[in-house]
Amino acid sequence: MSELAAFREEARAWIREHAPKSLWGMSGSGPFEGYWGGTKCEETDPDLLRWRDLGIEKGWTAPSWPKAYGGAGLSHEQEDIIHEEMKAIDVPRPVAGQGLAMFGPVLLKYGNDAQRARHLPRIARGEVRWCQGYSEPNAGSDLANLQLKAERDGDAFILNGQKIWTSHAHLSDWIYCLARTDPNAPKKQMGISVILVDLTTSGITVKRIDLISGYSPFCETFFDNVRVPAGNLVGTENEGWTIAKAILGHERSSIGRSIARQPGSAQREVVARARKHLASAQGPIPDPLIRDEIAALGMLEEAFHLTLARIQESTDSGMPGPEGSITKIVGSDLKQKRFELGMKVAGIQGLGWEGPGFDEEDLQYTRDWLRSRASTIEGGSSEIQKNIVSKRVLGLPEGTK
Amino acid sequence: MTGHRAPSFLLNDEQQMLSKTAHELIRERAPAARLRSFRDSKDATGFSRELWSEMADLGWLGLQIPEVYGGLGLGFFDLCVVLEQTGRELMPEPFVSTLLLGTQALLLGGTEPQKEALLPGVAAGELLVTVGYEEAGAHGDSAQVRTRAQESAEGFEISGEKVQVLDGHVADRIIVPAATSDTGYTLFLIDAAQQGLEITRQHRMDGLNAALVRLDQVSVSRDAIVGELDAGAALLEALLDRAAVGLSAQMLGASEQAFEDTIEYLKEREQFGVPIGSFQALQHRAVSVYTEIALTRSVVLAAARAIDEAPDDVPRFASLAKAMASETFMHTAKEAVQMHGGIGVTDEHDIGFYIKRAQAAYVTFGKPSQHRQRWAELHGY
Repeated sequence: MSELAAFREEARAWIREHAPKSLWGMSGSGPFEGYWGGTKCEETDPDLLRWRDLGIEKGWTAPSWPKAYGGAGLSHEQEDIIHEEMKAIDVPRPVAGQGLAMFGPVLLKYGNDAQRARHLPRIARGEVRWCQGYSEPNAGSDLANLQLKAERDGDAFILNGQKIWTSHAHLSDWIYCLARTDPNAPKKQMGISVILVDLTTSGITVKRIDLISGYSPFCETFFDNVRVPAGNLVGTENEGWTIAKAILGHERSSIGRSIARQPGSAQREVVARARKHLASAQGPIPDPLIRDEIAALGMLEEAFHLTLARIQESTDSGMPGPEGSITKIVGSDLKQKRFELGMKVAGIQGLGWEGPGFDEEDLQYTRDWLRSRASTIEGGSSEIQKNIVSKRVLGLPEGTK
Repeated sequence: MTGHRAPSFLLNDEQQMLSKTAHELIRERAPAARLRSFRDSKDATGFSRELWSEMADLGWLGLQIPEVYGGLGLGFFDLCVVLEQTGRELMPEPFVSTLLLGTQALLLGGTEPQKEALLPGVAAGELLVTVGYEEAGAHGDSAQVRTRAQESAEGFEISGEKVQVLDGHVADRIIVPAATSDTGYTLFLIDAAQQGLEITRQHRMDGLNAALVRLDQVSVSRDAIVGELDAGAALLEALLDRAAVGLSAQMLGASEQAFEDTIEYLKEREQFGVPIGSFQALQHRAVSVYTEIALTRSVVLAAARAIDEAPDDVPRFASLAKAMASETFMHTAKEAVQMHGGIGVTDEHDIGFYIKRAQAAYVTFGKPSQHRQRWAELHGY
């Protein structure tokens, strides 16, 4: 048995022995589902908390991070195996969220020792929750147009401006921001810096945004003369765009992969809804056109999973192909198709908002369908993804946008 | 996927070398433009026998045939590596008829004497074996068999008509399903020189060669049965699954070539003073095609792997591969013609051959809608 195969057996055995049974089969189990932690966390589920503690103790909340920073010092392959084995039984990761999935890896690469020592262990232990300050009202797809001003004042930066779509800022402790430190740079991608901000600093206001689904996972975050120690600058001043792109790359593959639930789960979900709403307990789904659409969805889902596995395999073998760039485009499309079809089969039972005449499951599904419309917008819209693939993979000439 | 472990998609060193060699040789010796000259010269064969025997010498025809029958004893996956490359240039050589239909029928159901008599000749490029499974009016439903085999003193007498028998005009052997009872049919191996056979060449738009095969009391012995009496349906389904996967590998290659040619054209062709590839309307559509091809590559490789390693998964993977490859190839070909503009609809340009083949492949070995229906059945809905 190869070393990795042996490790897989070990990881599987440990996870199955220690993961509390109540968490098995909790849907999802991507990097963004489960215990997010932070000082504002009000989680009381004893099993979730026990799972968190076991993960922290073993360093498996951030398996590939150095032990000194709360990780287990394992390889990325071993980390993938741990996550795959958690996914295999659908238990959430012991600690989830942006700090682990996106910010941590970037700080590991670009941060200085003091920053790493200060922030990483607390992320790994789920003590501090991070959010991302990227988009602004006039910097969405055109992110490099961002205007949050950071002016040097002695040993500090003074921040003025606004961020938007700051996910869960109201539940977070810290925010990593892209700010403009040189307004006179010759190109808008220049003069940008990555700055870490404690959200309790005076001058910060967080306001939640209500979405069409009725959820409010996003916020607007306002900065009014916010004073931030200069030591919170990550990397080199005015060269933050490189770091920003690294984080975005991470975000895209995370989103693509987090959309990927269990192979076959989208098809099973839609078939179950079709059976429920079309009164068809068994046998062929009575509407042949719906049946064809479900099969097309099931095929797309299978193809997506096979493609993720293929990309992973070529990355592991040291021959990464350009196809990683399509996972967000396909994953978000798949997610939307799944909810569209699940809504279609529900007919008028999918129209409920709240109250009598609708069951919980259908009410939730309707909200999730509305929420799914954002999947082709957030983390770089599908159109932006296509621009990137067109330029970087197909080598087509830059055009007018 | 059992236990959620995906099959391996990686080509080993030999397969990578095979792919590269095939790619280079085919590009140089077998460009798609040959389809025009075969058509215009009214070539009696419609493909190059010389090239076919050259590929036999390279070992390509016997890749999957066991060593005892003169092959290399490798897998179906290896065959698909070559088929992908043959698809790039839409080669009209008898890959589908002989390697995907005839050979798979023999490997899956052939008796020892049948395999000994025929497979070495196939591997050597000397024998062409096809399967006549299409009948007029059956609308692609291979289960509808109106050709009948009547028991006789010597064995059976077969009468009926098969249409668009691929390479039927030059095949040495033709395997035909014929009804042997009210409920079942049987596959029979027939020598093309046999009395009572009337073979008429058919000309298709896509450049693959075919023939009408009429059988009038063709007499065969019981030794001509491939597989079991009355159990032809299961055998035909299994061999058509393999054929569908092999054809999907060709469609994958054809899609890639049509796409690459189109991307080149988008970079070269200028209008309004700029390359048309700088227009976002075309860029985004090009990325959609690229994405579909990437997904199709995964399912085709998985299906080919399943044939060698996971027989239980073959029906669902074959349907997945055939449905997706068909839709992808058709979409790619339509976009390729559109993005080539006026030149794309002229006979002078090769891109038109791709849309013709896309339509042919789309309806061969089951249309995507039929495979989606089967997929639904296999998943219990």
